[in-house]
Amino acid sequence: MSKIAVSSEGPSLDDQVDPRFGRAAGFVVVDPETMVTEYIDNGRSQVMAQGAGIQAAELIARAGVSWVLTGFVGPKAFQALNAAGVQVAQNLEGLTVRQAVERFKSGEVAGAATADRR
Amino acid sequence: MIVAVASGKGGTGKTTVTASLASLWEGPLIGVDLDVEEPNLHLFLHPILTGEETAHLTIPVVDEATCTYCGACSELCQFKAISVMGRLILTFPEMCHGCGGCLAVCPEKAITPGQRELGEITWGTAGRQGFLMGRLRLGEAMSPPLMRLVKARLEQMLAQTGGDAIIDAPPGVSCPAINAVIDSDVIVLVTEPTPFGFYDFQLAWEAFAPLNKPLGAVINRAGLGTGAIYEFCREKHLPILAEIPYDRAIAEAYARGRIIAQISPELQGTFVSLMAAIRGLAQEAAHA
Repeated sequence: MSKIAVSSEGPSLDDQVDPRFGRAAGFVVVDPETMVTEYIDNGRSQVMAQGAGIQAAELIARAGVSWVLTGFVGPKAFQALNAAGVQVAQNLEGLTVRQAVERFKSGEVAGAATADRR
Repeated sequence: MIVAVASGKGGTGKTTVTASLASLWEGPLIGVDLDVEEPNLHLFLHPILTGEETAHLTIPVVDEATCTYCGACSELCQFKAISVMGRLILTFPEMCHGCGGCLAVCPEKAITPGQRELGEITWGTAGRQGFLMGRLRLGEAMSPPLMRLVKARLEQMLAQTGGDAIIDAPPGVSCPAINAVIDSDVIVLVTEPTPFGFYDFQLAWEAFAPLNKPLGAVINRAGLGTGAIYEFCREKHLPILAEIPYDRAIAEAYARGRIIAQISPELQGTFVSLMAAIRGLAQEAAHA
């Protein structure tokens, strides 16, 4: 199974899922089989006046993951992730990164077909 | 002389003041509506429009056959309007500010200029005076690029006719408001003595005072609210150029699309002295 990225408020599996995608503090990249993690800091996107979501999508695409688990992805970031072949699962805020990954592994997480304009 | 009529708070009477000044201005004048998100000066000046053009912004169009995905454009763009992800290049035209940087840095010349429609610029005459306005395309988020094009047209018109211009600026103190006043010789801040009016007036003063342009206040709906705004003006040595009374007859005239300087001799007098005060302010600054 290929790696997945979870928007996160911190670098570990026990940090909270950051509900924002583009302006997330960072991304915990997890290998779901081994639960080995890497951390991608997203500080540079957080301070951008605009385009944070696209910048974050670039980081994610470069990390070579197949899925992003997060709270909410904006329409432009969604388009970018979609073009890069990364699937998006939303509404996972309120969980820890570990819980989000477990939920993903148990097959309870659905990919979003379109950007969620809420 | 270019006079910008601005405000912090919206709905304080910028257009009312602009239209009235335009109606009795001595010498040639161009009335300019730079509140491109919702232009309304024409509703009062009833111009005869003689020209229009569609305004565009230059945006990147990528030739993927030539692109090597080096990422130079994406690295340069501060707005992420162009993004390279591996062997994938995406453009987000609506994010583009039109700086042209990506076209300049592309080593493969794989980017050519395309266009995003910003809106329309129209011009004509209103009585003996000139008229010019911009109207932003529905859905367009950025008004400064269109405003810059309207101002370029104003420069051309002024070069032909000479005389003065009066700009009806957008409300607020962010980029559009600053863009509307930055090339003016005098800034007239229209405000009202209500708590909201006073609060936003202070923001406007903070935003515009550093531009080091002659600045004066017009107090609309005088008689409402408190004296705080008068005290603030005294403290900051900000001249009060005119006061327009809080009067139902003015609201009624405005609602019918009338120019309020034309509804009573008193109001006409108010705007004649306002014009003189604005000229005085500009001259004072020129001699300082």
